[in-house]
This record gives sequence, structure tokens and C-alpha cells, in this order.
Amino acid sequence: MVGIFFGIVLVKSEAVSWYRIFEMFKFQSFHMYGIIGSAVFLGALFIWIFKKSKTKNIEGNSIHLPPKEKGLVRYIVGGTIFGFGWALAGACPGPMYILLGTGIFSMLLVIAAAILGTFVYGLLKNKLPH
Amino acid sequence: MEYILQPWPWYVSGPMIALVMLMLVYFGKTFGMSSNLRTLCSIGGAGKYADFFKFDWKSQRWNLTVVLGAMIGGFIAVHFLSDNSIIALSTDTVEDLATLGFVHAGENLLPPEIYSWENVWSIKGLSVLIIGGFLVGFGTRYAGGCTSGHAITGLSNLQLPSLIAVIGFFIGGLIMTHFLFPLIFGA
Repeated sequence: MVGIFFGIVLVKSEAVSWYRIFEMFKFQSFHMYGIIGSAVFLGALFIWIFKKSKTKNIEGNSIHLPPKEKGLVRYIVGGTIFGFGWALAGACPGPMYILLGTGIFSMLLVIAAAILGTFVYGLLKNKLPH
Repeated sequence: MEYILQPWPWYVSGPMIALVMLMLVYFGKTFGMSSNLRTLCSIGGAGKYADFFKFDWKSQRWNLTVVLGAMIGGFIAVHFLSDNSIIALSTDTVEDLATLGFVHAGENLLPPEIYSWENVWSIKGLSVLIIGGFLVGFGTRYAGGCTSGHAITGLSNLQLPSLIAVIGFFIGGLIMTHFLFPLIFGA
């Protein structure tokens, strides 16, 4: 159910649109910044409230987000590589599936290539600086 | 109903995305779409080639269910919750796209110049999709997350690595859009 909701929101917000990504990287509209900014602002607020109030999740455990490992190279280099692909294909790993669901079957090629990219990363992982 | 059929403004969409993330956290999960690419590799038997893919992928089935839901959500949104309005891109964007040869700006979610089948089956068309997809798959795993994991969840949790990754997303995206697009799509 959360997935269905996610799919609907991303289509209706146009965040799955290649054009909106292009516009964002051109700094020509506030739209995408408004979406990400308000999501992060509210996300941060509620995560903070959850932690402060020691809210339990549905399994009865305290709310805990696994911290990302420390590092610099992997985040800046990996992030930049991801950015190239994001701007070119206009789709990040969530929207790929959503767009496939909207009936754009050429997206299957992008998904297959993304799986291949992840596979190649797995092969090279131990040789790359992190 | 009219409001639902129109495109949603950012101040509706953004909070809804936060809600998606918070619901997943509340259910004891996390919001991270790119992890599914790794899971799909493992299901395909990639564990034979690299230890990175040797993990209990069955523990990630919930996330594949989210993917399936997202696809259904995409279908519902386009077929039942849309008035087919043109995306209200800024006029500057439409002009810039026209100089790059994209003349249908905003009529669909994706440019037919890249995603229509007749354009996919050309060397350039195939290259754009396959290289783009490959970079997304490789970069997201190297960086340990994508827009959902780093930009939304990581920043919400005030994590420095996620901020660095998001800066990386923009370095890559800006170079691609400003310097490489004119070379790739320019006349």
C-alpha cells in the first residue's frame, strides 16, 4: 500500500518527469526544490519528534535509522556518477519502476542497465576507494 | 476530485513524500529504492561472483513489494487520476530544450526524443538509456543510496554522508545538464 501511494505521489508531483529533472538542474523552477525541501524539512521534524518522544515502531522497537558509514570518496564520486545518470536518463531508482508502471516499456532497458551497473559495482567493490 | 486530477503542487507532494518515508520508518523499514537493484542481482545469482551479493535477499522482499506497489501506483495515477495536462515547465526551460532538439517539452512525462521506441532503436538512443541506467545503478551503490535513501531519508536524519552524496548528485547532474547535453543532443 505504501508503494502504491508512493507511485501515485511521484507521478502527480511530476517528480518522475525527465523534464522536471532537467529544469531542476537548470535552476529554472522552484518545483523540485520545493518538493525535496519540504519533504526533508517535515521528515527531519518528525524523525526528531519520534526520537524525542521515544516513539516505538509497529514492531515495538524504538525508531532507529541505520547510520550511513563514514567516508568521503565513495559519497562524492559515487554521488557524481549517479548524478550523471540521473540527469541523462531522467529517472532515479524509484521512478524507473513507477514509469514502467505508467506503460513506458523502454524503461525496462534502463532498469536492466541499472541492475548491470549495480552488478559491476559489486564485482569492483573491493578495488574501489571508499 | 478536480484537485486530485490536476498536477499536485510541491507543497502537497513534498509532505506526501515525507509521509511515505515516515510510514516506512514506522513499519520498521527504511525508504531506499536503490537497494532493490542489489536484491535483484542476488536473486539472479550474482552471489556466485561477488560477496557483495551474498546476503539474505528474502529479508528484502518487503522492499520489492514496495516496488510492485509503485508500479501499480504509476499505472493508477496515469490512467485514473490524471487530466493529461501539460507539465507547467518554466518558459526558459522550454526554450533551452528546444535548442537541444526537444520540441515536445512537458506533453508527456518523458521526452519521446529519448524514450519512444523509434528513437530507442538507434545507436544514440540505446546508448543514452543504457549508459544512463548503468551510471545510476553503479553510482547509487557506490554512494550507498539514491534520492530516497540519501536526499530524503539521510538528510532527514541529519547525516553528513548523505549531504556529501547529495552534493555529488548535483555535481554530476549539473555537469551533465550544462556541459554534456549540448554535446550529446546539440546539433
